[in-house]
Amino acid sequence: MKTFSVWLYQHRRGRLALLLTAPMLWLVVAYLGSLATMLVSAFWSVDTFTGKLVKQLTFNNFSLLFTNHVYRDIALRSIVVALLVTVIDVLLALPIALFLAKVLPIRFRNFAVVLIVLPLWSSYLVKTYAWRTMFSNSGVLAWALKPLGITPPSYGLLATTLTLAYLWLPYMILPIYAGLERIPDSLLEASGDLGASAGKTYRNIVMPILYPAVIAGSIFTFSLSLGDYIVVKIVGGKTQLFANVIYDNIGTAGNLPFAAAAAIFPIVTVLGYLFFVRRSGALENF
Amino acid sequence: MKDSPSTITDVPNAIRLINLVKNFGVVQAVAGVNLDIVNGEFFAMLGPSGSGKTTVLRLIAGFETQDSGAVEIDGINVSNVPPFKRDVNTVFQNYALFPHMNIIENVEYGLKVKGINKNERRERAVAALERVQLRGYEKRTPSQLSGGQQQRVALARALVNEPKVLLLDEPLGALDLKLRREMQVELKELQQQIGITFVFVTHDQEEALTMANRIAVFNHGKIEQVGTPQEVYEKPSSDFVAGFVGISNLLHEKASEQILGKKGIFSIRPEKIRFGHGGDRKTSGLVKEIAFLGSFTRFSVELAHGDRLVLLKENDGSSEIDSTVGALVQISWNSKYEFQVE
Repeated sequence: MKTFSVWLYQHRRGRLALLLTAPMLWLVVAYLGSLATMLVSAFWSVDTFTGKLVKQLTFNNFSLLFTNHVYRDIALRSIVVALLVTVIDVLLALPIALFLAKVLPIRFRNFAVVLIVLPLWSSYLVKTYAWRTMFSNSGVLAWALKPLGITPPSYGLLATTLTLAYLWLPYMILPIYAGLERIPDSLLEASGDLGASAGKTYRNIVMPILYPAVIAGSIFTFSLSLGDYIVVKIVGGKTQLFANVIYDNIGTAGNLPFAAAAAIFPIVTVLGYLFFVRRSGALENF
Repeated sequence: MKDSPSTITDVPNAIRLINLVKNFGVVQAVAGVNLDIVNGEFFAMLGPSGSGKTTVLRLIAGFETQDSGAVEIDGINVSNVPPFKRDVNTVFQNYALFPHMNIIENVEYGLKVKGINKNERRERAVAALERVQLRGYEKRTPSQLSGGQQQRVALARALVNEPKVLLLDEPLGALDLKLRREMQVELKELQQQIGITFVFVTHDQEEALTMANRIAVFNHGKIEQVGTPQEVYEKPSSDFVAGFVGISNLLHEKASEQILGKKGIFSIRPEKIRFGHGGDRKTSGLVKEIAFLGSFTRFSVELAHGDRLVLLKENDGSSEIDSTVGALVQISWNSKYEFQVE
């Protein structure tokens, strides 16, 4: 054992190899490999008659995606839903995280964070079906809102958006909470001391410092929403989102090349989002 | 007389604290503090950690709310006024510079939130940076500056607002000894130039003595003594003050009675005690410890009653004291330098 430690100490490359072989295999072969396969197969097609894969270069999948307005509508709808979910989660997560990090006494803090994370431990399906029950015509939402004269949304796009916002909320709270914890109280005091009201301190100090944390959270909520096809099946009524296109082409239609071509859309969208965030320069000071 | 307002004599105090009390749970951090700080003073609040001095500063700034009592700034009761409406600015212990702004933006911040136009605030911020000798650092970020430079930025950021009172919370605590000495001199000069009242929190008695016009010595949430550095050092009002400000030698009951012929506990500063028979109080003891301190040598002499007296002998070559540990020595002092502490 000792000689092995000595060998490791003397061989830098040996250490690196030991450290990185397994993760590199996973990342390059399993992860990037499957992405590459998908990318290639997006340019193949399926013989409509035999249902067999035709491994010949074709752009038909993409031209269908771009020219058929159904796909364009679904794509736009998916982006709008993902953005809405993100905005709702930011609006909900900011006050919750602010309360956790700056108002709640320290001794309750860890417990409260556990409460925030707790929903992630229960099954995604259970939670989604719970929302289905709540959104139903005789559900708890209808019952609670009836005295106010409000009819809750029935199964559809709004119900989907709200359910997704509920599901991904912890992924937004946690990074914002971590970001807030890194802002020392003295910075907030200094801002007040220099004449800024709470609102100005929030705008000039808290938000700019918190911006990377909000971006981190939004990457979770945005890409998770863009990739979801189950929630919309359960509470979305007849609505389709882009992930359903992919799923249906893998399952019912059995058109793997078209599914692969469609799957490139969310990847490009998220990459575009990251590029936009980077270009905005908001992450430069960190 | 009617058009000479300068003859009005009762200029309000910069700060007045009235029966100030602040509890944190069961801990009484500030236990009834009364204090007047005069306009233009360099005032030090001195005390060990946990003595309440920082809490008092935070009460003045408005970061904490008092449980009872009142804070007046410039004659106006601000007890229920939020920090951003109080005419004081604070230099924080860890500087609290905004990490996402460069230096000039940090200094401009107070003027910006008060709605002062861009040209004027840039001008004033540059002047403030000039004052703390940081011209040319405008575009750097706080993390690119050394501790001493960050300290200056914090100072400029506070002073640019021209507050009635500048509050400084252990501002030199994070600097090394040499830099701290330099900054002490600079702060003192700065305060004299601009004439703003400085209220300075420190646990370093030497710092308080060097810089302040007056010192309040804090202990257990209360002020033990307020006075000039000379008063606090030469005439401490309690054995706590005597012990905290400078080295103090205590003579307990038996020794006091025998050597001084008085009842009570008495204190004498080390530099006032000499070897030999020079003073009108004379006694003898055994040398227990000798420490060479560069320009001084410190002797610890144990008297017959168990009290230990510390003496400082300047290493000026005038008279060599060649006493060794265990030697019996004669010591003396002038009775006017002894003071009763209890």
